[in-house]
Amino acid sequence: MADSPILSMRGIDKSFGAIQVLHSVDFNVYPGEVMALVGDNGAGKSTLIKCVGGIYPIDHGDVFFEGTPVTIHGPRDAAALGIEIVYQDLALCDNLDIVQNMFLGREIKKRPFGNLDEPAMEQRARETLKSLSVRTVKSVRQVVSSLSGGQRQTVAIAKAVLWNNRVVLLDEPTAALGVAQTRQVLDLVRRLAQSGLGVVLISHNMNDVMEVADRITTLYLGRVAAEVKRADVTYQQVVELITTGRTGTIGLQPATAAESA
Amino acid sequence: MTTQGSTPSPVEPTTSTALHHQEGSSPEAPSHSITDFTADFGAANLRETVHAYIAKVRGGEPGALPALLGLVVLVLTFGFTTKLFISVGNLANVPGQAAPTIIIAMGLVFVLLLGEIDLAAGTAAGACSGAMALAVNNNGNLAKVLHGGTFGAYVIFMAVALIVALWQRLWLGAAAVLFGLVILLTHLASNDVVSIALAVTTGTAIGVLTGILVARVGIPSFVVTLALFLTWQGVLLLFEGNGATVPTRGFAAINGIENKNLSPMWGWIVFVVSVVGYGTVTIFRSVRRRARNLSAEPLVLVLLRLVLLIVVGAFSVYFLNKNRGKGLVKIEGMPWIVPIVLVLLVVLTLLLTKTAFGRYLYAVGGNAEGSLRAGINVPRMRVSAFTISSSLAAFGGVALASYSGGVNSGAGGGNTLLFAVGAAVVGGTSLFGGRGRIRDAVLGGLVITLIPNGLGLHSNMSSAYNFVITGAFLLMAAAVDAASRRRSAV
Repeated sequence: MADSPILSMRGIDKSFGAIQVLHSVDFNVYPGEVMALVGDNGAGKSTLIKCVGGIYPIDHGDVFFEGTPVTIHGPRDAAALGIEIVYQDLALCDNLDIVQNMFLGREIKKRPFGNLDEPAMEQRARETLKSLSVRTVKSVRQVVSSLSGGQRQTVAIAKAVLWNNRVVLLDEPTAALGVAQTRQVLDLVRRLAQSGLGVVLISHNMNDVMEVADRITTLYLGRVAAEVKRADVTYQQVVELITTGRTGTIGLQPATAAESA
Repeated sequence: MTTQGSTPSPVEPTTSTALHHQEGSSPEAPSHSITDFTADFGAANLRETVHAYIAKVRGGEPGALPALLGLVVLVLTFGFTTKLFISVGNLANVPGQAAPTIIIAMGLVFVLLLGEIDLAAGTAAGACSGAMALAVNNNGNLAKVLHGGTFGAYVIFMAVALIVALWQRLWLGAAAVLFGLVILLTHLASNDVVSIALAVTTGTAIGVLTGILVARVGIPSFVVTLALFLTWQGVLLLFEGNGATVPTRGFAAINGIENKNLSPMWGWIVFVVSVVGYGTVTIFRSVRRRARNLSAEPLVLVLLRLVLLIVVGAFSVYFLNKNRGKGLVKIEGMPWIVPIVLVLLVVLTLLLTKTAFGRYLYAVGGNAEGSLRAGINVPRMRVSAFTISSSLAAFGGVALASYSGGVNSGAGGGNTLLFAVGAAVVGGTSLFGGRGRIRDAVLGGLVITLIPNGLGLHSNMSSAYNFVITGAFLLMAAAVDAASRRRSAV
């Protein structure tokens, strides 16, 4: 696997009013690998994700994409770079059907009037779902409100795959799913990485993380405790990093950890 | 490994199941047909179609059904209880009576789709048509009739709206407001057609400013438009003075909207063009999409609907073409307002269903946060919706002026707005946002109009019944809306 990150964030600071949520965070995503982003509630995982996606502007710090410095001002900038986020609350529109949701904001249009090219969108949506081995969706013209939680997650991920994305960020993709559906989504995550994408997985479930991740970045109260290879650490060490910010020689200096708290 | 090909689907289906279903191509196993999205292709025959439709209604998508049922019930009730209801003289009045409500409701659909409300649409319609009537009666010179700085305030109002529209990059809206400003300053509104444009563009300006207060300042639309409901009422009083009525009968274009008829031959031409156009488009779409293995409506359903449309349409045109004049005066033909409403219906429906703009309206109404993340400029969508709503409301005000032969100082007040909201909701547009069609405004507007029309023919029915029955219909429609919302969770 390549050792130069496809997406690299250096020294990211982010505050909401007087509260500093991210302290000089470094975060890397490598092509063809699954990077797990873990941390306790309020550690800043979702904030960091939203900074990547252009939902929140960053206060300080640099973002590099394939080694080139970039600025992300909004969701469209992130999308243009090939960064796609699958949010925890999915961000699907219940009243639209699967095709409409998958192409929302990036509709295929016909010349010369700019009207929507429904046949083209429907065909591509169906091809994408087939390529992901989605077998549970009856019709791509079903409205999302009629889908189950697992089906919605699949649609949200398929939406991310539809475009020639380089980096896909998954925010708690298995949180609301049953055993079988979790299995499907985790397989899907591995397949995304195998096809060369940089995948970021945010999860509270350590079993999921230890199973599919290649590397793990731990956030502790807005600071990066450590970025480690999964093979180099044990389950217990990751839990210690999450709860105390350090384990053995890895992690934050005791002084820094105390200051954060 | 780092670069990725141009294929839209970078993932190989490595798990076996999906492939095996396809490779094993088991024609004997329709239960596995879900793999191939067969449900996309819809029902193949009439029976399946009926079943699918019933399932859809039960699943919380009643569509046009409640409004159509309402229409049937009203027509049957009034048809059996009064002599005059089903007569050429009465039914030919219905399009004209319904049109102002329908046009204002069409605009409201845009706002309701976002889950917002525009309570000021009625009085805005009154104020805009008041400006039109005054201008056209005074050779386009509003500066002469508007005293006490009112004219200056009007000009400043339009200029501010223009700046805001440019700031929000609403180019069409900005062009419209600029045109209105030019009309205002150049006395062009002495021409009756241009004076109508003054009313509509004033509505555009009102919509832009309403939208900006809701979308950028962040005041709830209920409060903004409640305040503006009062404001426009006052503005109309300022324009005209208390108790005044400014006539519009003498101006051909304004008067013609509601009071002139097409010749019988033109009525048939409108009918043929509509039916052939609609038929070609829907049949062609169904056949071609099916041929390309895309989801498509079954041809039976398309043909059935077309036949229904032909029967109802032909009957209406035949009916409207009969002489309904009394004595020597011959009155016949389709009222002008019918093709006007039809054109609005088609254009606005295309806007909602065939453009990205329309798609985004539904998306914002369904999930504003999700739309934002998809890169949609949500505030701009809100401003656009209010702009369209108020522009259409102003045109509804013009129709109202045409219908009543002038603009009185209370025009657009009272129940005008409530009936328009009622029309949209009775037609099937949801008050919760995310669901609605332009068609709803037409069907609902007809229902809302038929109630007073039919009751008026009962000599012993007071207007009290009118309000009570209209209220009951509205409640039923809102109940259907809430129930279907619970079922479909939209």
